[in-house]
Amino acid sequence: MLYALKIAARYLTASKAQTALLVLGVAVGVFIFIFMSALIGGLAEFILSRTVGDLSHVTIEAEDPDPAILIHPGGQVLAVIERGRARTASLSEAATFIPLIETVPGVIAVSPQITGAGFLARGAQVAQVSVTGLEPGRESDILDLDGYMTQGSVRLGSGLIVLGEALAEDMSLRLGQTVRLQSSTGVSAVLTLSGLYDTGNGLIDGSSIYVSLSTARTLFALPQGVTRIEIKLRDLNDADAAALRIAALTGLDAEPWTEGAEQLLEALDAQAQTGVFLKSFALITIVIGVASALLLSTYRRRPEIGIMRAMGAGRGFVVFVFVTQGALVGLMGGVTGAALGYLALLPFPSREDFEVGTLPMDITQGSYGLAITLTVIGAILASILPARSAARVDPVTAIGQ
Amino acid sequence: MTALLEVSELVKTFGTGEAETRVLRGLSLVLAVGEMAALLGPSGSGKSTLLTILGTLMKPTSGRYAMLGQDLVSADDTELTEFRNRHIGFVFQFHNLLPDFTALENVVFPTAVREGRETAAARARGRELLTRMGLEARIDFPSANLSGGQKQRVAVARALMNRPELVLADEPTGNLDRASAMQVMDLIAEINRDEGTTFLISTHDEKIAGLCRRQIVVGDGVVTG
Ligand SMILES: Nc1ncnc2c1ncn2[C@@H]1O[C@H](COP(=O)(O)OP(=O)(O)OP(=O)(O)O)[C@@H](O)[C@H]1O
Ligand SMILES: [Mg+2]
Repeated sequence: MLYALKIAARYLTASKAQTALLVLGVAVGVFIFIFMSALIGGLAEFILSRTVGDLSHVTIEAEDPDPAILIHPGGQVLAVIERGRARTASLSEAATFIPLIETVPGVIAVSPQITGAGFLARGAQVAQVSVTGLEPGRESDILDLDGYMTQGSVRLGSGLIVLGEALAEDMSLRLGQTVRLQSSTGVSAVLTLSGLYDTGNGLIDGSSIYVSLSTARTLFALPQGVTRIEIKLRDLNDADAAALRIAALTGLDAEPWTEGAEQLLEALDAQAQTGVFLKSFALITIVIGVASALLLSTYRRRPEIGIMRAMGAGRGFVVFVFVTQGALVGLMGGVTGAALGYLALLPFPSREDFEVGTLPMDITQGSYGLAITLTVIGAILASILPARSAARVDPVTAIGQ
Repeated sequence: MTALLEVSELVKTFGTGEAETRVLRGLSLVLAVGEMAALLGPSGSGKSTLLTILGTLMKPTSGRYAMLGQDLVSADDTELTEFRNRHIGFVFQFHNLLPDFTALENVVFPTAVREGRETAAARARGRELLTRMGLEARIDFPSANLSGGQKQRVAVARALMNRPELVLADEPTGNLDRASAMQVMDLIAEINRDEGTTFLISTHDEKIAGLCRRQIVVGDGVVTG
């Protein structure tokens, strides 16, 4: 119906100011839609990168074997073997798994670790710490330690220890000084403080310490294997699928970060729903705006509709003329709004360098295509009522006016 | 003489109960192919009502209406729209043209709406008709800027676009000055003579009616002369 399109376009260009206002109104709705998409998406991205970005995305942890229970045929528990306290559970074949895990698509880093509890002592001062043994050269694979260093070097070597500034301050430790670390298994070592970091996370800064994997081996009496494998993914949203693949590949219990992060996910979900709510309102505003403007136009053009009907234009033709006007307004408003939205988002920092204190707008999450599509659909739906009322115009009364 | 259309016992009432007005009360009329007839009668006698029924824009309350052998009382909206497009042209007194379109675009409308687009052939015929109406200088003029007489001549051109058998004109010269009115009537007479198109023209003007070969007078809802 090329001809109906021509008439629709002419109607829109005939009253330029009115059409411009209508398109602008639609564009504002689309702008809000895109702004909300970018904000909600960016906010989620920001929150996730702040909370989960520094964490392992998929973790394989050595399981302490459950105490074996011997059950008597009569149903009586005969003996319970207490969980071994001295021996640390380990992933003894870690060395064979790591290259395997590295082949999983989306995996960007695999960090074998030995973790455990210990006491840090210097003179009379003692602090309880959680010890992580990292492979030298891969210290920043999971937590970006290098990025948080304030003094010294992140590089872990034999006899070196890296800890948080807060802990160092508590213990009046300075770079280059020595400190004694005793592990929960009873082994102790004297280590030299070679680096200080400040992550801003009180738990890490106040009670986590890092040593080399070999130091941890000695401390926890673990001649081979590791206790934990941390895996970082390119996209942390893929954690569930990646964990499944890794578990299938290795037979190990790979846990995605999403497990145990239900509250965070719920909060993000609530936030996303707020976004959907606001975006729906933006769309409803567009629909109401287009519907009322077109309805007004059908009243104004009643005599013309009557003439067209008398000249042999069918009802379908009239419907098409008005629905096409709606679609054109939706398209123009959608594209204008999307362009304005994109331009407005340009000045915001990209998702890699969100800063605290600014809105974490993510220009890549503007949902431009979706916004335009929904707007066109909305505008078409909005024009159905006016179009039907136009098609019902009685030519006799319309021309007689 | 072959009949183009025939109406018989046409009744049209508006409203119901107390407010009921019987406008046409059993009107019968035959129009022959090639006739040029004036429709006369006092104001409120039902001239416009008859023209709208003949133009298939309104259905009679009762009675028969057939044109070109087709029963137009029982036809549905789609059939009537199609029939109107092919066989009937209209010239109204007011609100004749689509104001946002040029003279030519208005003239080709009846063909374009049927064909789904403005073809070169349709444009050529539109130009020819406008030239015949003495409007060659106004072909691409926005119709809103035309004078009253020019608008009516564009309307006549448009009514002829699809080569209809019948053109219904409801006071086509009603708001024109004498010179413009005469010009429009001369063109109608010329088309009627050259192409045999049947015209039915309602008017209050005896002089205009005098230009037609037949005068049909309505009164009290029937043809009185
Ligand atoms: N839609 C309608 N509803 C009610 N009454 C109507 C309607 N249309 C016409 N009438 C009435 O029908 C009668 C005939 O009207 P019509 O317009 O056909 O007269 P006319 O002969 O064309 O008059 P004029 O010469 O003034 O144009 C009038 O009394 C008018 O009020
Ligand atoms: Mg009248």
